[in-house]
Amino acid sequence: MSAPATTEAKPASPAAALVPPPPSDKIKIKVDGREVEVPKMMPDWQGKPQPTTMLQACHLAGHEVPHYCYHPKLPIAGNCRMCLVEFGTPQLGPDRKPVLNEDGTSKIAKSVLPYEPTTPRGAIACATPISPGMEIYPNSPATKQMREAVLESLLINHPLDCPICDQAGECKLQEYSVQHGQAESRFVEQKVHKPKAVDLGPRIVLDDERCVLCTRCIRFTKDIVGDDALGIVNRGSYNTIAAWAEGAFDNNYTLNTVDICPVGALTSKDFRFQMRVWFMKETKSLCTSCGTGCNIVVGSREEKVYRYEPRQNDAVNSTWMCDSGRLNYKWIGRADRLQKCGMRIAERGMLEVAWPTALKAISAKLSSAPTGSVAVIASARQTTEELWLLAKLAKKFNALTDSIARNGEGDKLLVNSDKNPNSNGSRVTGIAGPQLGANLAKIADGIRIGSIKTLIVFGEDVTKHGIGVDLLAKLDTLIVSDILPNATTAAAHFVLPGCAHVEKRGTFVNVKGRVQKFMRAVEAPGDARPEWEFLHELVHHVTGQNGFSTIEGLFNQMAREVPGFAGLEWAKLGDTGVTVQI
Amino acid sequence: MPQEHRLILKHADQPGYTPDMECYLRHGGYDALKKVLALAPKDLPDGKKVSPQEQVREDVKSSGLRGRGGAGFSAGIKWSLVDRRSGKPIYLICNADESEPGTFKDRQIIHKDPHQLIEGMILSCWANDVKLAYLYIRGEMPQGAKLLNKALDEARTKNFLGKNILGSGYDLEIYVHRGAGAYICGEETGLIESLEGKRAYPRIKPPYFPAVLGLYMCPTIVNNVETLCHVKHIVNMGPAEYAKLGTPNNTGTRIVSLSGDVKRPGYFEIEVGKVTLGELINDPAFGGGLREGRKLKAVIPGGSSSKILKAGETFKLNRKGPDGQMAKVDVSLLDLPYDFDSLMAAGTMSGSGAIIVLDDTRDIVETLANLAEFYAHESCGQCTPCREGALWMSKALHRMTHGEGRKADADYLLHIAQNIQGRTICAFGEAAAWPVLSFVKKFKEDFETKGAADEAKAAAKH
Repeated sequence: MSAPATTEAKPASPAAALVPPPPSDKIKIKVDGREVEVPKMMPDWQGKPQPTTMLQACHLAGHEVPHYCYHPKLPIAGNCRMCLVEFGTPQLGPDRKPVLNEDGTSKIAKSVLPYEPTTPRGAIACATPISPGMEIYPNSPATKQMREAVLESLLINHPLDCPICDQAGECKLQEYSVQHGQAESRFVEQKVHKPKAVDLGPRIVLDDERCVLCTRCIRFTKDIVGDDALGIVNRGSYNTIAAWAEGAFDNNYTLNTVDICPVGALTSKDFRFQMRVWFMKETKSLCTSCGTGCNIVVGSREEKVYRYEPRQNDAVNSTWMCDSGRLNYKWIGRADRLQKCGMRIAERGMLEVAWPTALKAISAKLSSAPTGSVAVIASARQTTEELWLLAKLAKKFNALTDSIARNGEGDKLLVNSDKNPNSNGSRVTGIAGPQLGANLAKIADGIRIGSIKTLIVFGEDVTKHGIGVDLLAKLDTLIVSDILPNATTAAAHFVLPGCAHVEKRGTFVNVKGRVQKFMRAVEAPGDARPEWEFLHELVHHVTGQNGFSTIEGLFNQMAREVPGFAGLEWAKLGDTGVTVQI
Repeated sequence: MPQEHRLILKHADQPGYTPDMECYLRHGGYDALKKVLALAPKDLPDGKKVSPQEQVREDVKSSGLRGRGGAGFSAGIKWSLVDRRSGKPIYLICNADESEPGTFKDRQIIHKDPHQLIEGMILSCWANDVKLAYLYIRGEMPQGAKLLNKALDEARTKNFLGKNILGSGYDLEIYVHRGAGAYICGEETGLIESLEGKRAYPRIKPPYFPAVLGLYMCPTIVNNVETLCHVKHIVNMGPAEYAKLGTPNNTGTRIVSLSGDVKRPGYFEIEVGKVTLGELINDPAFGGGLREGRKLKAVIPGGSSSKILKAGETFKLNRKGPDGQMAKVDVSLLDLPYDFDSLMAAGTMSGSGAIIVLDDTRDIVETLANLAEFYAHESCGQCTPCREGALWMSKALHRMTHGEGRKADADYLLHIAQNIQGRTICAFGEAAAWPVLSFVKKFKEDFETKGAADEAKAAAKH
């Protein structure tokens, strides 16, 4: 093809990119007329220092430059053109020295089209590095006009089906139309029609008409996951995203593309048409499917969980999470959840009782239990606070304690082979040793020979871990807390209904020692209570030690007593946690 | 009387001249290669040595050679921007993706004198320390690819290519790569992506300037077929002698593809700037004038993406007056010298050297609709303004040519085109917008009359 003058902003010379930057690590520029000093280098999508871009500099100066294709954790594409901004650079004389105004300031040459010097030429803020003395005009009429034009272009072939689009309410087309768009379109032609409801993979549906072709999904699966499953087929305005074969977009991270899709093109088969996003409450929480502890946002409405979405934490999961973890929430609302406290009376079987009755009876049993006759099997899916309270209780009887190891397959990105969210929590609190489950055989032996008469089980079905129903039958007292019924709860003398993590607050310690907190998204069903609440009462009844009745106080007290947590405070954990030495 | 000056096409159309090695050698083929391989380092007065390669690079720069692909950028400066300190291999790519509508010059070279191109490539590779080069030829030229592959085989047999070329210690390999039929592959970074086996999406600049981050993220030179051929003649003639051809800042010869409403369409090699547009259209040695009874309506001077020039237009050009002072002078369309700078001063470009002549029987709206359809079809669709705008313009023009025009469509088209130019990743944005901007601005009446007539017809129906 013929190549007229290039349209991209050019540095002085391509080779200039190779010259190492001068020692100064800050650059002075002006953004919207205000002078700011910004770092010369900033992290790119992989965290490597690269020359600071206009978009990053504007962000530091408090101006968010609108964008579709740019994503801080993906390679830069520069294709949407939404971040075009008008800019100028110090004008240089023939001697290559800056031309000065009368007041001694540098004269600024605004960037213009080389073939039409009266028309401003924007640069894409996402990919254009700043230079000393540069002026960026994120609010100038020319910048606004460029944004309006890009938005108009993006909308001419868009179906404008917001009323039935899942993205409505969190859609960048909607948001930018409000902020930067114009009310009317001049378009009077027929729209391009493209495939609807394309089955991209087992969890993803694509609406090609809504797609703005930003290629975030393509870059994500290729550059982050390493599965080059998506691409573009056809040409020009008929471009469409496609998987290399129908339904072939099937790795364990596909649903992240739904999050990063700035529009309603990619939808989750699990979530689509389930709930309008503006009705949902968003709660900061953690994923519990493995020891990585990806930070998430729980979307819920009226005590029902509708979706998990990843929440950025660069120390843990960047902005991603795996599909299996994301979809592992349905059990929370199961109809067979344990909802009542149960107490077995010899001649009458299991009776539903109220909390005070159950706790009083348990406390009475435990208070008379001799040292060494009690064992505790906890779960590394419980919160650190709960594990700590159980450890306190166990200490009173010098009880054998343990938690259950849960191993599976990991991957290179986020999935860890430790399928417990809080194995390290059970180690730090002393419930388990370095090897989870190492005491299970000893406990089984103790029951077999009759030295262990009382067993406390939290959140695990021990019949699957070497302590069968026959052994459980030998116990004088079996106290079980769980969320769903199982063979262990069926054999229990006391059943205490507990909470899913989205129904309570607490902390987990991930495989790397990151102590992270999560908040309550929904109410627990029936009489179910957060375990730390009733454990706190039990500890008080049995040991006489008073504790805190708030999760903040409880955590802080634990931090004071557990050596590994020295110096931690609930408030200091923030939204993204603190790493401790395990 | 203006005449052709055949340098590149000197032998091509001579009776009995064949594209094989023997014929090329009989006509002084590969002498330039032997000449540069025999060059010795030059000692400068300050004691520095200039390598033979540097000497040739300097010669290309001082010859004033400008790229013949479209942008007319100095070939010598393009070479001087190559990052030679990265430690990475330097690649050279011959851009033989000749696809600008109206352009049919490179294929003359490829089909009739492929060894000239190969020699030009070898010289350019040698001068730039390139060990591996690619010849990217458009998919629609299968015969050309066959000929080039045969010629490369012949060159390998004679050790003009391969290891230790003619005992010089220099190694070079050239491969032909066929495109799959997309105009955008002619855009150098799109071409590079395509060569890497990807979709030909042009790269963003910065940071991906080919001279630094080109093929496989290595420094890369991309030159047009005709440009590379000129290197051979610069070596043979010497830069000073070469620069005497053409006019200052517009040196050498170039092949013009003349098409449209002339009696003798075809390709003509001229000294740049020594022949005017009028001569190219009307002179018996060139286009031979319009057909009987036809009047000139417009000229598209540099391939379909260049801005149209209207018959009767005059332009302000810098000319040296009798007093030796530069002054702005009025020059009419037909008196425009056909060179890079004059056409730029006329608000358009000589682009790929393809002149398309329109006479008064041509409907300007229909013509633009045809061009717009091409650009809508060829937009790669990577970036928003061009992807959406190119098809939008084409749809509007299709509507106008099917009886549904509106008087307001002229401004409507300008609005769309203005939002494309200067806002895209590559120059395709300009290529798509410029025909619309120039046609509508210069022939606004044609558009408004047609639109108003359609509106009147529609109103009468109701």
